[in-house]
Amino acid sequence: MAGLELLSDQGYRVDGRRAGELRKIQARMGVFAQADGSAYIEQGNTALAVVYGPHEIRGSRARALPDRALVNCQYSSATFSTGERKRRPHGDRKSCEMGLQLRQTFEAAVLTQLHPRSQIDIYVQVLQADGGTYAACVNAATLAVLDAGIPMRDFVCACSAGFVDGTALADLSHVEEAAGGPQLALALLPSSGQIALLEMDARLHEDQLEQVLEAAAQAARDVHTLLDRVVRQHVQEASILLGD
Amino acid sequence: MLKSRTFLKKTRAGGVMKIVREHYLRDDIGCGASGCAACGSAHEGPVLEPQPLDRVSSLCPQPHYLLPDTNVLLHQIDVLEDPAIRNVIVLQTVLQEVRNRSAPVYKRIRDVTNNQEKHFYTFTNEHHRNDRAIRVAAKWYNEHLKKMSAENQLRVIFITNDRKNKEKAIEEGIPAFTCEEYVKSLTANPELIDRLACLSEEGNEIDSGKIIFSEHLPLSKLQQGIKSGAYLQGTFRASRENYLEAIVWVHGDTEDNKEIILQGLKNLNRAIHEDIVAVELLPKNQWVAPSSVVLLDEGQNEDDMEKEEERECILKTAVSEKMLKPTGRVVGIIRRNWRPYCGMLSKSGIKESRRHLFTPADKRIPRIRIETRQASTLEGQRIIVAIDGWPRNSRYPNGHFVKNLGEVGDKETETEVLLLEHDVPHQPFSQAVLSLLPKMPWSITEKDMKNREDLRHLCVCSVDPPGCTDIDDALHCRELENGNLEVGVHIADVSYFIRPGNALDQESARRGTTVYLCEKRIDMVPELLSSNLCSLRSNVDRLAFSCIWEMNHNAEILKTRFTKSVINSKASLTYAEAQMRIDSSTMNDSITTSLRGLNKLAKILKKGRIENGALTLSSPEVRFHMDSETHDPIDLQTKELRETNSMVEEFMLLANISVAKKIHEEFSEHALLRKHPAPPPSNYEILVKAAKSKNLEIKTDTAKALADSLDRADSLTFPYLNTLLRILATRCMMQAVYFCSGMDTDFHHYGLASPIYTHFTSPIRRYADIIVHRLLAVAVGADCTYPELTDKHKLAELCKNLNFRHKMAQYAQRASVAFHTQLFFKSKGIVSEEAYILFVRKNALVVLIPKYGLEGTVFFEEKDKPKPRLTYDDEIPSLKIEDTVFHIFDKVKVKIMLDSSNLQHQKIRMSLVEPQIPGISVPTDTSNMDISEPETKKKKLQK
Repeated sequence: MAGLELLSDQGYRVDGRRAGELRKIQARMGVFAQADGSAYIEQGNTALAVVYGPHEIRGSRARALPDRALVNCQYSSATFSTGERKRRPHGDRKSCEMGLQLRQTFEAAVLTQLHPRSQIDIYVQVLQADGGTYAACVNAATLAVLDAGIPMRDFVCACSAGFVDGTALADLSHVEEAAGGPQLALALLPSSGQIALLEMDARLHEDQLEQVLEAAAQAARDVHTLLDRVVRQHVQEASILLGD
Repeated sequence: MLKSRTFLKKTRAGGVMKIVREHYLRDDIGCGASGCAACGSAHEGPVLEPQPLDRVSSLCPQPHYLLPDTNVLLHQIDVLEDPAIRNVIVLQTVLQEVRNRSAPVYKRIRDVTNNQEKHFYTFTNEHHRNDRAIRVAAKWYNEHLKKMSAENQLRVIFITNDRKNKEKAIEEGIPAFTCEEYVKSLTANPELIDRLACLSEEGNEIDSGKIIFSEHLPLSKLQQGIKSGAYLQGTFRASRENYLEAIVWVHGDTEDNKEIILQGLKNLNRAIHEDIVAVELLPKNQWVAPSSVVLLDEGQNEDDMEKEEERECILKTAVSEKMLKPTGRVVGIIRRNWRPYCGMLSKSGIKESRRHLFTPADKRIPRIRIETRQASTLEGQRIIVAIDGWPRNSRYPNGHFVKNLGEVGDKETETEVLLLEHDVPHQPFSQAVLSLLPKMPWSITEKDMKNREDLRHLCVCSVDPPGCTDIDDALHCRELENGNLEVGVHIADVSYFIRPGNALDQESARRGTTVYLCEKRIDMVPELLSSNLCSLRSNVDRLAFSCIWEMNHNAEILKTRFTKSVINSKASLTYAEAQMRIDSSTMNDSITTSLRGLNKLAKILKKGRIENGALTLSSPEVRFHMDSETHDPIDLQTKELRETNSMVEEFMLLANISVAKKIHEEFSEHALLRKHPAPPPSNYEILVKAAKSKNLEIKTDTAKALADSLDRADSLTFPYLNTLLRILATRCMMQAVYFCSGMDTDFHHYGLASPIYTHFTSPIRRYADIIVHRLLAVAVGADCTYPELTDKHKLAELCKNLNFRHKMAQYAQRASVAFHTQLFFKSKGIVSEEAYILFVRKNALVVLIPKYGLEGTVFFEEKDKPKPRLTYDDEIPSLKIEDTVFHIFDKVKVKIMLDSSNLQHQKIRMSLVEPQIPGISVPTDTSNMDISEPETKKKKLQK
C-alpha cells in the first residue's frame, strides 16, 4: 500500500491548499465580559484566550519581580478537542511546556517593564485541535492581550511550517503533522522581523532550514495582515458602540 | 478564490473516531487545454493539444480528449502507453486509486504523464469546486470545452469498462465507450487491438466450459486462516522439469514444513511462479514424494483434461513411505507477482483461430493463451506477453500481446530476451532522469572549487583495457622532497553529478551496476556522464575524488589523505601501451617515470598481500573477437594478463581498503562495506579429493594455507594442472556481498585476506561506490549528509538490491557469453577439441575446453539409446563406463556442436570422441548425426 501523498505532483496538498497557503482564519475579540481581555480564533483548530491583568501578584508575593510584570501563562485543551475523547489533566508535561513557551513568547512582546511588581495572566484553551496548536494559541493570546489594552512592542504572529519532498509547507494541518516530517514553529514580531520564539524538534538539514524558515515567516506575515484587520474592525465597532 | 467547506468522515478502528478534516475546494484549477480562455492564467503550461486531430475514430469523428476510469488505467496501461494514444485526461482521484492498487502501473502512468509528446494531463478534480466524481468531471469538461469554442466541437470521451457506469454516463449525456469499442474504432491503428488486455466479463463465460479449478478464497479469509494456522503462507516456486509439480517455500521461521510439495493441476490451482500463496496441508495419507519424472506441457486443447489426470497418476506411482514430504494445495493467492514474460507463440492448429498459446522461455511459467490476429507474423519471433487473469474454467491463464522483440536467434532479440529474463533494467533513461543531467557545454565553475583541491598540475594518467570509454580511475606517483613517494589514486567524482534522492539517483540505485554483455553495455548512468563528464579522459579538466598516500620506498604507508579534487589526466593508456612505456629503455618522460614508480610499488604491495594469504584464483576468461561489420564473433581469445593489469589492480585494492577503514572509523554503524565470507570446510571436499587423485595435498584450514598449497601443487608432466586446480578452488568460494557495517559483525574479506574492504574505485559502473563516495565526502567534510545515508535499515535494503543486481548482471553476462559461444559454433560447424574433465557426475562428465574456455557436460544416458553400464565412485571421483574409467583431470577429446532442436533453448552439445568406447563415443568424421535425433525424441514422448 502506498502511503499518504502529502504534496501531489500538481502541487496540491491533501486538503486542497497549495504549499504556501494558510488555512482559513476567523477571529473575534472581546468574547468574554468578565475578563480584562479575550479573543477567539479559528485557524483550522479553534483556540480561546483570556487575559486578566495587569493586577497585583496573587499567591506568594515572593514571586513578584521588582522591575517588570510577571507573565503567567496556562494552556489547556478540551477533552473533546481531538478525535479521541480523552481527559486532559492540568499540569501534564505537554501543557506545562506549552505554557512555558507561551510565557517566553509574550515576555518578549509585552512591555512588562511598564508594570513592575504586578502580574499578567494569559489563559489559553484549545477547543478543537487540528494541527499548529502553538501557533493558534499565540495568535489568540495576541488578540486577547490587545483586547485587554496591555501595551506590546508589536503583534506576535505565529505559524508552523513543514518540509515535504523539497518543498516547504506553511501552516500544517493535523494530517500533515501526523505524517511525521520535520515541523517548525515560529513566532514573529512582524514589523521588526524579530523572532520571539523558534522551535523545532525533528532533524532537518541546515541547507533546508532557511527555506522552511522563510515559508513560516511569510505565513506569519500573512497572519499579521489578517489579525490587523480583525483588530481594526473591532476597534471601529467598539468606537461606534461608545458613540464617538 | 478560496472556498472553505468542512466535511465529516467517520471511521471505525476499534472504537469510534470522529475525524474532521478541512477541505478547500478551489476554482483556480485549469482544464489543461491550451487556448482555453476561461481558465486563462490558471494553467501552468497547457498540456492538451487544442486540436487533437491525429486520431481517427469511426465512433467519434470530432476531435476529442479521452478520460479513462480507474479500471481502464489499471488494466489497459499497455494500450495507453502506445504512441498512438494521446491527449488523455487523467483525473487525480483516479490516479490516487491506481496508486493504492498497483505501484508499478502508477509509475508507468507517471512516466507517460511526464512525456511531453503524449499530452497526458492530470486534472486535480479532488480539489476542484464541483467534480470529485468521475462522471461529473467528464460532464464539467464537456460543458467547459463547449464554452471555450463552440465551433470546435471539442469533446471529452469517457472510457469505462463498467457497463452500468457507461449506461449512466450516456443517460447523463456524456459520450462514453468501453475501451475495447474505442480501440477497435481506431481504424488507423489495428495493432492496438492485440495489446488490449482481455478481461472476461464475469457473467459471460462461466456457463461455457466446465469449471476446472476450485475458487480462490478472499484475502480476509486467508489472513484469518494464516493467523489460526489452518493455512500457510509462502512463495510459490514452480518446478523446471515438471509442470505438474511445485514447491512452496513457507515464510516465517517454523522449522517443520519449510517446503511444501504441490502436485497436480488442481492443487496448484492457478498459482504462477513467484506468487505469494496460501497453502493448506493435505492429510498425511495423501502426501507424496517429489517425482523424478520430466514432464513438459504439450497439450494444445483444453479437452484433454482426462489425459492430464492420467499423467498425474504417473507421478504418484512407486513411492516409498520414507520419501513422503508434506503436501498441500493452494487455497488462495495473497499477492500475484506477474511480470511480462518473454517467449514464443505456438500457433494454433486451426487456421483461422485467433486464440493461440504462448510458450514462455522460462519453463516454470505455464503457457499463456493470447488473442491475436497477427499469429502468422508473430510466428518464429520472440514476443512479450503479459498475464491478465486466470479464470476458473480455463486450463491456461489469459494474457495479451505486449511487444514483438524480433526474430529468434537474431542477436539483438536474444540480447533483449536475456536482459528481460534476468531482470536487468535496460530501458532508455526517462525524461525525468535526463533532465537532471548538466547542460552542455559543461565546465568547472568557481563554485565547484569549494572544498576541492586543484591537482591539475600533477602528472596523472589512466590505464585501462583498449576501447574503454568509462574511465573511472587514474593514477600518479611522484617523489617528494623528503625522499618519500606520493602516490595518488583519482576516482571519477560521480556523486557530484548524482545528487541523493533525485530521479537520476533513484534510477542508478535501481540499476545498481553497469552490465557488460559481449557486444553491448547497459549503463547504470546516462552516457553523457559515463563516457564523458565522469570519464577521466586525457587533457580535459575532470572532477575527481582522490586518495593520496605518502609512502616510503618499501611501499609502507606513512600518511593517507582523501580529498575532492580537479585533475587533468595527461594520458589515457591501454595496458599494453603502459607496459611498453615501462619496458622501453628510451622513454624517460614524466608519465613513464611515474608509471615505473607505480609498478615498483605495486610489486611490493602484491608480494605483501600474497604473504598475508590473499588468493590468486583462476577462471577461464575468454574474449570474443568481433567482426567489425556484422558484430558476429569470429574468434575467441583468452585474456592476457600483463604486469600493468596487476599494477592498476593493486592500487585499486589499496584505495578500497584505505577508504573502507576511513568510513568505518567515521560511521561505525552505517558504512557500506563488502565482505567475502570464508567457505565452510565441506565446500573444499571436491578440491581436496581431486588433488589427492593426483597425489597432491591441498590444505584448506586458512586462506594462507590454501594459497601456499595451491602454489606448490605443480606437476612437471601436466602444466595445466595448476590452472585446473585454481579453477576448482574458485568454485568452492562463497559469493562476496555488500553489507551495512551496523548490521553485521564479520567484515573479513577472505579472497583478499583483508580485515575490511569496500568498493570505491568504480562509481561509474557500480552504485555501491557512489554511496561510499558520499560517505567519504561527509567524512572529509566535502559534502553534507542526508537522512537515508545514515539509516542503517535503508542501507541494508539498498545492499540487498545491489547484491541481487550484481548476481543478475553476472548471470546475464554468462548468458550472453553462452549465446555468443553458440553463434560462434554455429558458424564454425562441428569441431573436435581437447578437453579436461573438471567434474565427474553420476551419469555425465563436466569438461573444460581450455582453447575456448568453454565448459560443457557430456551425457551418457539418452532416452532413445540403450543405457550404458555406469559405475560411479564417490571416493575417488571416477566414473566407469563399460570398461573405461574416467578420473577427474583426465584428458579427453570431445566433439562440439550446436543443438537447435528446441528453438527457444538452443544449446551446445558435447559428445565423447576419445578415448573410444564402442557404442558411446562418436567417430570423428561423421557429421549431422545428432541433428535429426530430436525429432524422434519428441515422437516418443507423445506415445
